[in-house]
Amino acid sequence: MTTDFKETAPGADPVAIAERDQDHDAGPILKLQGVGKRFPGVVALRNVTFEIERGEGHVLLGENGAGKSTLINLLGGLFPPDEGSIWFNGAPYHPASPFEAFSKGIRVVHQELNLLSNLTVAENLLFEQLPSRRGLVNFREMNRRATELLAEVGLDISPSTVVSRLGVAQMQLVEIAKALAHESKLLVLDEPTATLTSKEVDRLFEILHRLRERKVTILYISHRLQEIYEVGDRVTVLRDGQHVTTRPLQGLVIPDIVRLMVGRTVEDQGVFREDIQPSDEALAVDNLRLTETSPPISFSVRKGEIVGIAGLVGSGRTEAVRAIFGADPKVAGTIRVGGHAVTIASPKDAVAAGICLMTEDRKQQGLLLDMSCAENITITDLKRLSRWGLLDRAAENAASERLVASLRVKTPTIFHKVGTFSGGNQQKVVIAKWLYRGSNALICDEPTRGIDVGAKAEIYELMGRLAADGKGILVVSSDLPELMSICHRILVFSNGRIAGEVPRAEFDQNRILSLAYEEYGRARGN
Amino acid sequence: MQIAINTVLAAGMTFVILTGGIDLSVGSVLALCTVVGATIMVREDLSPWTSIPLALLACMATGAACGAINGWVCEKWKLPSFIVTLGMLNVASGLARVVSDNSTITGLPQPFVDFGNQIYFGVLPSIFLIAIVVVLIGWFILRFTVFGRFIFAIGTNEEAVRLSGHNPRIFKIAVFTISGLTAGVAAMVFLLRLNVGSPIAGIGYELNAIAAVIIGGTSLSGGKGSIIGTLVGACILQVLATGLQLLGAEDNVKPIVIGTVIVLAVVLDTYRNRLLRNLEAR
Repeated sequence: MTTDFKETAPGADPVAIAERDQDHDAGPILKLQGVGKRFPGVVALRNVTFEIERGEGHVLLGENGAGKSTLINLLGGLFPPDEGSIWFNGAPYHPASPFEAFSKGIRVVHQELNLLSNLTVAENLLFEQLPSRRGLVNFREMNRRATELLAEVGLDISPSTVVSRLGVAQMQLVEIAKALAHESKLLVLDEPTATLTSKEVDRLFEILHRLRERKVTILYISHRLQEIYEVGDRVTVLRDGQHVTTRPLQGLVIPDIVRLMVGRTVEDQGVFREDIQPSDEALAVDNLRLTETSPPISFSVRKGEIVGIAGLVGSGRTEAVRAIFGADPKVAGTIRVGGHAVTIASPKDAVAAGICLMTEDRKQQGLLLDMSCAENITITDLKRLSRWGLLDRAAENAASERLVASLRVKTPTIFHKVGTFSGGNQQKVVIAKWLYRGSNALICDEPTRGIDVGAKAEIYELMGRLAADGKGILVVSSDLPELMSICHRILVFSNGRIAGEVPRAEFDQNRILSLAYEEYGRARGN
Repeated sequence: MQIAINTVLAAGMTFVILTGGIDLSVGSVLALCTVVGATIMVREDLSPWTSIPLALLACMATGAACGAINGWVCEKWKLPSFIVTLGMLNVASGLARVVSDNSTITGLPQPFVDFGNQIYFGVLPSIFLIAIVVVLIGWFILRFTVFGRFIFAIGTNEEAVRLSGHNPRIFKIAVFTISGLTAGVAAMVFLLRLNVGSPIAGIGYELNAIAAVIIGGTSLSGGKGSIIGTLVGACILQVLATGLQLLGAEDNVKPIVIGTVIVLAVVLDTYRNRLLRNLEAR
């Protein structure tokens, strides 16, 4: 392998380097040769070798923990590889810092958003090079350029908005706009569409298309396999830190890709449980209003039923479920659980009534990352494990062991910290903690965001099992095919109200999408 | 002997810091408690056997009340504990002057003074015994109770605890109350040792308590630490102070050394954690 490389390596010969530096239009833009990276306890990357052609759209795939993020971080200059070498634009590439990576022309949009939340959108967009005169910021110029960038990504907000006031999807778009602020040779996008709705995704693809016309190379990472065909010419698959293949996307169908990623076949979507007959009402919401002026929301979920909530990000989906759970205030509305009206002023009331909310942000709102798996599971009901305020650890461990086994959470022991778990396993711990509490109405906000294909299938299967147990399940998701595969009905939110309800027999992507856009068209007077 | 007072204060401080808060008021709350306790004990119309338990109760109640106010104000108006307890530092100090009429209170009953001089098992002064009991109670609460679990959970991620169906505010008010309570106990230790109630007692004690907690490995951002660590931290501070004394170091040099050691201890702790993680990895 290594000798092979020496014969074909760009720049192995000093003359070739000189030539290449003059002629930037030839040869691969990025070349990895035998790259390896170890972290305490894991080998994140092992002997990874592949090339990215100049100007191509290259898709990087792999399950969670396959090493994609590590690879991106190597490119972004967060840490150096332990083994092997990276060549960028024909020259050896060892960035000492993210800034060096940036100045060499590699721009990375990370999955975790890295915005300065107390500064304005404009300041964030142009932070690397604020327009200034004699050390003073030229605000007019800054806002002008920011407005242009925002228009480019189709984000209709003022550049002087403070970032912390934006929603997650808007922040994601700001991150992408920021990447456009400076010309880059290689743009790396890590799960850019995880929080975006289809309209915004289409917009992103348009932008990527334009960038490619300007000869910008794109390295694209996504768990949504349907969309990669829009972006990529070729695909590289990683599995367990090793390179599996790099090949053209053309002619490669999704089941093949999944097989390459997981090394086995899985159901890529959930299976609808035909056998479950929904019975009595599990959760009902009547005329819920979040503010004095917002439209009333009413719907119900029956036992054994999985009801989806679709809609654009910002359509009020998350806000509605948070208000039901008592996490955010509401001004009016009654909530019934199992047919009985309950008063919910705080999450405590909701949990006592048997409602649970799996929040869209697992790490910030769902889990105690620095605490053990067992401690995370039992936090929802410690009373059951205690007498006179003393914890019964044996009972705690037994309950946790049982749930970890039943949900197939992959962890060496229940005492490991959940912060070290992969996304899919963290989500299973979130589910486990609510199963432990014995909630009957489960609200799941984006339950499969950022989770790999294998774990997704397991989560769908689990939801089916819970519905079969007679629980009422409400699923908020931006992934429409996901909702269409597992739900009995889909409620479509649009601009704060329920624009329509589609029963399973009438599921149709176009119909649901047009409902999702309905209220926005009306608002603009179309 | 300073170690006994510092250990008691630091034990309460550990609870607050574990939830991600801080209590700057313990020094002046201690001063307030000493004058309250002393005022009761010097009353001629009460027999020592009435006045001593009464003073003990009053000290603990005063401290707990100050702490509860700290916690309640923080939670009611969602203020940082740094600000609120800084306010309480001044308020309690002023109250101490008012209660004592700006003078030290002497003439504590003889049985009380005798208990303060008592040495058990030939080596263990009574005030040490009190400190050890306080540490043991704190250790037990943090390690074995539901309340202790919530303290760690809130320090780790308060929002996650709220969204798990609990009310973190109650627990946060409780930890400040505990910190105030230990300031009351520390005031009794102060009275046992120095036999005077003074409105200017306890100046800077809060910083020593915080230093002991931090040297003991408790994270200022909450969620990580232990009360045994705090005890070790208090011991390290005392050993340093006494050691420098025995070496004949100048008084002016001592704070320089102690300050340096505080920072070094935290550096070492960080380094040790990294080292442990690397060892685990192998």
